[in-house]
Amino acid sequence: MLSFNILVFVALSYVAFLFAVAFVAERRAARGHVGWLQSPMIYTLSLSIYCTAWTFYGAVGYAARSGLEFATIYLGPTLVMVGWWWILRRLVRIGRSQRITSIADLVSSRFGKSTQLGVIVTIISMVAATPYIALQLQSVTLSFSVFAKTSGQEWQAADVNATALWVAIGLAVFTVLFGTRNLDANERHHGIVMAIAVEAVVKLIALLAVGAFVVWGIAGGPAQMLARIDASPIPLWDQSGGRWVTLIFLSAAAFLCLPRMFQVLVVENANERHLGVASWAFPFYLFLMSLFVVPIAVVGLDLLPAGSNPDLFVLTVPLSQGREGLAMLSFLGGFSSATSMVIVATIALATMVSNHIVVPLWLNLQPDQEAVMSGDVRQVILLSRRLSIAAVLALGFLYYRISGGGTALAAIGLVSFTGAVQILPAMLGGIFWRGATGLGAAMGLMTGLVVWVWTLFLPSIGVDAVIPQSVMQTGPWGIAALRPQALFGITGLDPVVHGVMWSMLLNGAMFIAGSLLSFPSPLERLQGAQFVNIFEHSAAAPTWTTGSAKAEDLLIMAQRIMGSAEAQEVFLREATQQGKSGYLPDVTPEFIERLERELSGSVGAATSHAMIGQLTGGSGVSVEDLIAVADEAAQILEYSNRLEAKSDEQERTARALRVANEKLTALSIQKDAFLSQISHELRTPMTSIRSFSEILRDGEMTGDEQSRYARIIHDEAIRLTRLLDDLLDLSVLENGQVVLHQQTGQLCDLLDRAIGAAGLHDSALVVSRKPEAEALTLTSDLDRLVQVFINLIANAQKYCDADHPHLKIVVRTKGRECQIDFIDNGSGIAPENQQLIFEKFSRVTDQSKAGGAGLGLAICREIMHRLGGKISYLPGQSGAAFRVNLPLSETATALA
Amino acid sequence: MSRSPNPVFLERASYRQRRLRDAARLIPFVGIVLWTIPLLWPRDVPQAPSSGDAVIYIFGVWVFLIAVTAIVSRYLRLDDPATDAGDDG
Repeated sequence: MLSFNILVFVALSYVAFLFAVAFVAERRAARGHVGWLQSPMIYTLSLSIYCTAWTFYGAVGYAARSGLEFATIYLGPTLVMVGWWWILRRLVRIGRSQRITSIADLVSSRFGKSTQLGVIVTIISMVAATPYIALQLQSVTLSFSVFAKTSGQEWQAADVNATALWVAIGLAVFTVLFGTRNLDANERHHGIVMAIAVEAVVKLIALLAVGAFVVWGIAGGPAQMLARIDASPIPLWDQSGGRWVTLIFLSAAAFLCLPRMFQVLVVENANERHLGVASWAFPFYLFLMSLFVVPIAVVGLDLLPAGSNPDLFVLTVPLSQGREGLAMLSFLGGFSSATSMVIVATIALATMVSNHIVVPLWLNLQPDQEAVMSGDVRQVILLSRRLSIAAVLALGFLYYRISGGGTALAAIGLVSFTGAVQILPAMLGGIFWRGATGLGAAMGLMTGLVVWVWTLFLPSIGVDAVIPQSVMQTGPWGIAALRPQALFGITGLDPVVHGVMWSMLLNGAMFIAGSLLSFPSPLERLQGAQFVNIFEHSAAAPTWTTGSAKAEDLLIMAQRIMGSAEAQEVFLREATQQGKSGYLPDVTPEFIERLERELSGSVGAATSHAMIGQLTGGSGVSVEDLIAVADEAAQILEYSNRLEAKSDEQERTARALRVANEKLTALSIQKDAFLSQISHELRTPMTSIRSFSEILRDGEMTGDEQSRYARIIHDEAIRLTRLLDDLLDLSVLENGQVVLHQQTGQLCDLLDRAIGAAGLHDSALVVSRKPEAEALTLTSDLDRLVQVFINLIANAQKYCDADHPHLKIVVRTKGRECQIDFIDNGSGIAPENQQLIFEKFSRVTDQSKAGGAGLGLAICREIMHRLGGKISYLPGQSGAAFRVNLPLSETATALA
Repeated sequence: MSRSPNPVFLERASYRQRRLRDAARLIPFVGIVLWTIPLLWPRDVPQAPSSGDAVIYIFGVWVFLIAVTAIVSRYLRLDDPATDAGDDG
């Protein structure tokens, strides 16, 4: 026989073992060896605190009473986990980026770091957790009593209560020792997480062992087991749709909202990738935990005498078969389930109580500044957490005593779940809907809390315990519409379905209505945008606008909260980032915001915000600041647009300048070339004039010779004169001193004159024309025009290098102007020279062939300019081509 | 302030990622549908499914969901630069 004392000894050894595990893990983490402590498997196992003693003992009892309905409690979390991409991924990202410490912190932080909301959520969580803690105490106590019974002692009520009290005290001590040893910057507890991972394995192995024993050891194999299930009196599938769906929803929502689940899912999450593994691994864990529940229930009902408590089948079935070792393992499994849940739940609740209730109160009690400057905040926080842990367990014990521990485990669990789920609308609304406001959240939460307390919590404590039987029957003050289990006169609903439905409906309705009708504060809108758009990495507006606080004050405060080493680390990092040496960075709004976030990892967003507010003189963000931030961004955008436009313009100017510069450089080179050329041009005739006149002066020659020399002198003088005439002509044209003589004449006559004057009679150049197109009457300074034509024709004659030179003159009328193209069949002008040919003194081909001084085209351009037309080089023809554009007068157009 | 527009069309790998995300989002709804189907089963008639059938069905769906999630999560990348916005492609 298994003695009760051995059992107690084993339980204590097990606790000591957990201590050792937690201690080693903590030591490793402190040394920075977090490697496998942060593996996805540890994360998944830590989630197993969802499977409490309620699962370990209660699921079998639940299955024995209501068949497969027990599975709903695990189907809901499975759906949440496999749908992690929707909600969990978002929650974890928000939790990490905002340094969320608890679910109360999440709601408070989302709705403008509101202290009030933090308090409401904390109270709801506390009240909702109380029955659940009681449940754990009850199951551990029951399991002890089972062993006491088998070892021959029949426990009295006093023994049971004493055991429950000792269990509560033991749990409180363990949690205080490991949960509040230090104020972690991230609120992560490596030791605790490791210990609950070990417990997760123990409880899984224990349940699987009992299940395997039942299926293979008692039933004789899976096939026989299925036959037994079919033959069993349990109505396994006798579901009302409403309860089935409600319970799946309830468990899914509770999985997200229970403070302890939030703690392990979000706060203790070290890496988002772990979610991906847990998304299938945790459902698999739940699957394994549930797999043997029905077989154990069926076999238990078969084997044990009628009236045995089905909640204890996991223990009593092995015991009835004389398997004491298995029963011991099973006991440890149940013990693990209860302890791990209580530890995490109390830590989560204690964090919430200290961050959202005790510290704000304490801050309020201190005079301004004093609080953050002189008080030892760390001690206050640690003390308040320890007291909170004790208080939570005390409340659980109280509930256990009042309720008498009689209710079935499953029923208590569902009541607790429904309470926790009241946070769901505010939480989901907060992370998906930017329009959700703090007022709406507060209204929804309060409404949900009231409805839950009235319809489920108070009735759950027991008939006549709080609510008298008469009120249950006829409603308070005889108002039938307010009967706790038949609100608005709708009777006949299952109490849980009734409570869940009304509390969620009214909660959600108030939340939405309150949000739609109220206007959020600036900080709320800021936080709302950051929470909802968490994946967009949008640049956040600073929460603080002015920093009237001194860096030293901030450092002192941070040291009091985070501890000196961590605080100095933060300040040093910031100072280095700002490029300063030492520990005191400039107090910029960004720095204050970062510091606030660091602090909120220790004391929660609301408290941290309040503390910083005290130091900075409460100069938080305002609507104007938000708008200013938006304006600033718009201004920056506009400014950069303007800059861009300006730089475009400068680019254009620069390009024009570059072109001009190139042209000037080329011109300067040309001018130099021309100067040397013109001196040469002037010198050549002057040299011959001088030498021939010297010969004439010396005499001694024939008359023939004399007249020949005199003609040469004369020709050279004419050439000089022509050169000087050209220069004069050009300078007159350029200075605008020219007088135009308007005449009217036919274009073909002008071209005839030009061809005649160009002296083509002794050259090979063939000119082709189209006389019908040339029948145009022009009114202009015709002599000047002819001068242009002559120049062009003479150029063709001089420069066309084809074997059979040919000049085509094409006349076209286009609108109010006529185009006269002179196209020869030579090699044309190279592109790089096309810009230069109209410049003065320019001559493209080598000078020997040229008769002139390179002024012809420059003169042409000036003339055309004076006549209101233009002359341009026409690229892309067979040879050199010039186009003369000349405006036609009204009458001339009509005539044409 | 101005968000850079997400590309409308994507290369093959990114396209696969987007569809994987769609699948990941869909899984819970598949689970809800499959787990509520037994509510429609006939009752109190001779050919009604037995208790054993109900157990096998519920646990079978469970295994199916776990397997699908494991496969999807295995290939789903968290660090994809594209965000939630504009998940079509």
